[in-house]
Amino acid sequence: MTNKVIEVSNLTKKFGSFTAVNHITFDVKEGEIFGFLGANGAGKTTAMQMLCGISMPTSGEGTVAGYDIIKENELIKRNIGYMSQKFSLYEDLKVWENIRLFGGIYGLSNKVIAEKTDALLKQLNFAEERNTLVKYLPLGWKQKLAFSVAIFHEPKIVFLDEPTGGVDPAMRRRFWEMIYDASERGITVFVTTHYMDESEYCNRVSIMVDGRIEALDTPAALRHQFNADTMDEVFRQLARKAERD
Amino acid sequence: MKTLKFLIEKEFKQMFRNPLIPRLIVMFPTMVLLVFPWAVSFEVKNIKIDVVDHGKSIYSKRLTDKVAASKYFILNDTPLDYQTAMLNMENGKTDMILEIPASFDKDIVKSQTSTVGVAVNSVNGTQGLLGSNYIMQIVNDFSSEIRGELINTLPPQSRATIMNMPRVDIVPQYKYNPELDYKNFMIPGFMVLLLTILCGILPAQNIVMEKENGTIQQINVTPISKINFILAKLIPYWAVGLVVMIISVTLAYVIYGLWPAGNVIAVLFSAIVFILSVSGLGIIISNYSETMQQASFLVMFFILILVLLGGMFTPVSGMPAWAQTIAAVNPFNYLTKTFRMLYLNGSTLADVSNNLFALGIIAVVLNGWAVFSYKKRG
Repeated sequence: MTNKVIEVSNLTKKFGSFTAVNHITFDVKEGEIFGFLGANGAGKTTAMQMLCGISMPTSGEGTVAGYDIIKENELIKRNIGYMSQKFSLYEDLKVWENIRLFGGIYGLSNKVIAEKTDALLKQLNFAEERNTLVKYLPLGWKQKLAFSVAIFHEPKIVFLDEPTGGVDPAMRRRFWEMIYDASERGITVFVTTHYMDESEYCNRVSIMVDGRIEALDTPAALRHQFNADTMDEVFRQLARKAERD
Repeated sequence: MKTLKFLIEKEFKQMFRNPLIPRLIVMFPTMVLLVFPWAVSFEVKNIKIDVVDHGKSIYSKRLTDKVAASKYFILNDTPLDYQTAMLNMENGKTDMILEIPASFDKDIVKSQTSTVGVAVNSVNGTQGLLGSNYIMQIVNDFSSEIRGELINTLPPQSRATIMNMPRVDIVPQYKYNPELDYKNFMIPGFMVLLLTILCGILPAQNIVMEKENGTIQQINVTPISKINFILAKLIPYWAVGLVVMIISVTLAYVIYGLWPAGNVIAVLFSAIVFILSVSGLGIIISNYSETMQQASFLVMFFILILVLLGGMFTPVSGMPAWAQTIAAVNPFNYLTKTFRMLYLNGSTLADVSNNLFALGIIAVVLNGWAVFSYKKRG
């Protein structure tokens, strides 16, 4: 039996009277690519932020990378990478400076950072952009850089919040190749998306509707369960139940 | 500690890449010290005055000339009656009326005493008070002048009697600022003002800018410690403040010839303690604000309180009790006192140690609060 790197039960987050995440229970196995699906406003980002230790759950419990999400959130942070929905590297820093900063924050030495930066830039075909201010990069490149920075320190789990939003199909494909590479290196991938074709790339997916997880299984099993040809159809059937906008 | 190095490096890079901040750090103190010391003065000059001279005699003419010759007054008009002069004041043409009685000369010659009437427009309290003080000085001068002249006309014996009458004169000694130069008093205050504005506003904008850009989220999801994050925000403003101080101290010497009578190192040292406290305040504001607009308003509000209740323009000892209570926890007040002592009184570091101690406590409390109010988890 493989290890569970994320395990949560009855995780709930309320903002005032609004319940963003409503008693969700699930687990993610080590090395998995776990798709976290849902319409806009279904509560995906909030749920992910609770797992990453930047949002305090209202109730519920769980562990990420073996640490308690309520009490040991700072320990969790040593073991995860995170790429937010809104591009959030420093636009007024150069490509290499952003890599260096986050490498340094995670405790890598100058030497390791320098070596890994060279290798990374070469691998991404980014060598020429080394000294470019990040704000001048096109969106697709920014996303690739953000992902590379998120896994630069070799975390156990990487959380990706709509990593391919607003990116063209060719770039999306290349992005998923990068995700597979990371997965092969043993990094567990937790990814939210609302592109249903992308959900087929995941080992397992969960579908959130109005703050609850309505379905969780492999894509093939879900298609079978909902008697649908595509994940798109599965999603439509579930999303119809939504009452929130 | 190793992470701190990376973070400070990042803050400095961002600061130097900002199109405005490096220029601001140099231009702002230069402009303030070049312009403001000349403009901010409590001396009242060019008070417009009407003289109503009912006597039209030798002595009254001399008094009128003396008033007109003073640098404080501009002789606006010499109307024939008081009503006309009053009308002038109501219309804002004049600020003061000096009324000389018809019997002025006769009274002086006969009984050696006479009275003049003074009316001052005191809507502006300072002008009213200083104007009447100036006119009193002029009249006093005038009376001792003619007293001297009249004594000389007396027979020697009665002259001796008058000379031997006891009289008390006040001879003031102006300590620490012998030329009574208002600029010397204000320049140390302006230095504190500069530090407050630059080292208060810039950090207040900083974290909130990271919030608006979303970069704070990428930071919050890392294992970075809160203390390191806040220190990395503080330390660059130390450097900024130190640069501002070096520019200010140099300019004060080059332009105004003002050099600390005490130790210049003590000036820089007390500035460093002060910067910590205002930057801490800025960071607290940044932590509680969600947008740049909120942070800007809040920081302006607090800076206004710090400055107006900080003893730069008006002495704290003259404030009501509640305001003095605020002044007791106001870092601006402590540094203004310290700078004036070091610049004008020639105090030593030991003399100002009480102020520095107070500043230190304020700095520790504010920065403790700054670390506490920075929340990595919402």
